[in-house]
Amino acid sequence: MKRVVEGSQAVAEAVRLARVGVISAYPITPQTHIVEFLSEYCANGSLKARFMRVESEHSALAALIGTASTGVRAFTATSGQGLALMHELLHWTSGARLPIVMAEVNRALAPGWNIWVDQTDSLAQRDTGWIQLYCENGQEVLDTVLQAYRLGELVNLPVMVVLDAFFLSHTYEPVDVPEQETVDSFLPPYEPKFQLDPKDPCAFGSLVTPNIYMEMRHSIAQAMDDALRCFPYIEDEFEKIFDRRYGTVEALYCDDADIILVTTGTITSTSRQVVNELRAEGEKVGLMKLKLFRPFPVHHVRSVLISAKKIAVIDRNFSFGAGGIFAQEIRAALCNEPGHPPVYGYIAGIGGRDVTTDVIGEIYRRTKNSEAPEAESIWMGLQEV
Amino acid sequence: MELMVHDQEYMSSGHVGCPGCGAAIAMRFLLKALGDKIIIILPACCWSVIAGPYPQSTLHVPVIHSAFETGGAVASGVKAALDMKGDKETTVVTWAGDGGTFDIGFQALSGAVERNEDFIYVCYDNEAYMNTGIQRSSSTPYGAWTTTTPGDEWKRLRKKNIVEALVAHRIPYAATANIAFPEDLVRKAKKAQSITGSKFLHIYASCPTGWRIASELSIKIARMAVQTNIFPLYEVEDGVKYTINYRPKEYPVSEYFKLQGRFQHLTEEDLEHIQKMVDEDWALLLRKAGEHPS
Ligand SMILES: Cc1ncc(C[n+]2csc(CCOP(=O)(O)OP(=O)(O)O)c2C)c(N)n1
Ligand code: SF4
Ligand SMILES: [Mg+2]
Repeated sequence: MKRVVEGSQAVAEAVRLARVGVISAYPITPQTHIVEFLSEYCANGSLKARFMRVESEHSALAALIGTASTGVRAFTATSGQGLALMHELLHWTSGARLPIVMAEVNRALAPGWNIWVDQTDSLAQRDTGWIQLYCENGQEVLDTVLQAYRLGELVNLPVMVVLDAFFLSHTYEPVDVPEQETVDSFLPPYEPKFQLDPKDPCAFGSLVTPNIYMEMRHSIAQAMDDALRCFPYIEDEFEKIFDRRYGTVEALYCDDADIILVTTGTITSTSRQVVNELRAEGEKVGLMKLKLFRPFPVHHVRSVLISAKKIAVIDRNFSFGAGGIFAQEIRAALCNEPGHPPVYGYIAGIGGRDVTTDVIGEIYRRTKNSEAPEAESIWMGLQEV
Repeated sequence: MELMVHDQEYMSSGHVGCPGCGAAIAMRFLLKALGDKIIIILPACCWSVIAGPYPQSTLHVPVIHSAFETGGAVASGVKAALDMKGDKETTVVTWAGDGGTFDIGFQALSGAVERNEDFIYVCYDNEAYMNTGIQRSSSTPYGAWTTTTPGDEWKRLRKKNIVEALVAHRIPYAATANIAFPEDLVRKAKKAQSITGSKFLHIYASCPTGWRIASELSIKIARMAVQTNIFPLYEVEDGVKYTINYRPKEYPVSEYFKLQGRFQHLTEEDLEHIQKMVDEDWALLLRKAGEHPS
């Protein structure tokens, strides 16, 4: 049934429909609505879960490491500083191979306190072994949380479902909220492959010497590869039931495009409009939306981008001393292909600044009108200070 | 009645707290007591906003905004630097909310106090996470509604007794204070400033927005918290010497609860239960202070 819900509520509805057993979270703007909706559902009985109101994000994730190790489906949500505080346990979750799902609402990092959207928080966690899926709208958020449990539980890795602060977390849109039975047919009850159990005593996370640690890490790498391989199959099943799919990447007008814009999150929606308008004016422009970031879909990215003349990546994030993080990853994906197109990196919308159709239009024109990138990163709309 | 607090202000008007904000009042009196040779460490809390957005600041003293869980640790570092610079005059003050003190910042606070760092840690207590929209903290009292304890899930756990937790560290000075008793507050802040080592002030600071009360009731509710024994005014020296600073009228608690939106769901039975808990805590405090019920 279609309902008009906030992005945060789309997350909460998915968590309810996924029949999560334990939720543990700590409030932080702009994630708070997710926590409040879930508190409400637990209080009114529409979700039969245990809600743990812990004293920090560090404890929120640590508690769920306990939960998931005891074989129960677990959920948390956070943003910015909260995710940064979880860092140690992010590594722990993937190392322990626990399929915890987290909604991560992109928020700029302090200091200067800033509660608005910026992707540096989640991208700074790219090496922690979490699968990362970036979402564009409320429907995608709901669907992705459900897919995240299927995917994570299949390969035994944690999954971060990432959404933009305010532009998505606090925006109301019509969202198809499916019936419980329909979701049940897609997402069966969690069957842990291992758990703490006095009847079958195992020790988790013991001392590991160099002669086997490397193999353990390699198995995580393989699980990531499996996730990349399996995601399309999970989407096939999802599509059969719900009639929707997203792809690891989505390519719009890319086949004959001279210039392809690469986007994530809500900037994609605005870019769709710009690209449609430019196409109507006869410009040979395409758009590639990146949804799956970890594991990085190298082959899909390459096949979409390789025949274009120029690539323009829009990054709402920055790695100081290097550049926009998506641009770096795209460059790395292309570098071994002979004759690959140059990659232009644009930094826009940092700390919640609007990325309007004008900004995206300018990015297109600058890319079109220059022979080669003027710099590794081009910061859009910087004021004189 | 004339207030025995001087006129000098160290806070500009035009802060961005809500009308009737007890946290703003508490800061104003604290600064009057401590003067301007201080450095404030301000972990995330409502005050991160009240203090004003860049490039403004409502405080006339240096402020370092800091991460939510770091109030005790950042203060320790500032103090160490002052020591290295030979500065013996500047008082280091952490100003944190109840969430930043009782919950996420408790580890850093406990560490700093165990090391007996020479600073004043002030917790202004509005009994929930207000900055993020009224979520429960371990300071939220029994019986309260918050957005994470909604409907029938209202909080059925006791408020953590933070002063006793600090006293268990044998902290040189710990005291409670209240915005409705400014002279007592100012005296305690000055006393804290005169003592070397760690000091803890726990200030009751009403929050009209989060408690669902009219802004003009801010001070009245704060006074009632003392008069009902819900928030006794006392101090503890060296972790052993208890002094009760004010003998309250010991009004029944029900009036306090009935005035506040956050407690509207409570039944007479719930209120009786709460009265028992308050009586029990008061009796315990009297015993520690070597006093007897009046
Ligand atoms: C690591 C981290 N987690 C969460 C937050 C979000 N946050 C900022 S202030 C705050 C609540 C503050 O509560 P309290 O300390 O009681 O102060 P109050 O706002 O009530 O005055 C929270 C949860 C943060 N800044 N950092
Ligand atoms: S929410 Fe409460 S503590 Fe925060 S500024 Fe408003 S009145 Fe003050
Ligand atoms: Mg508070």
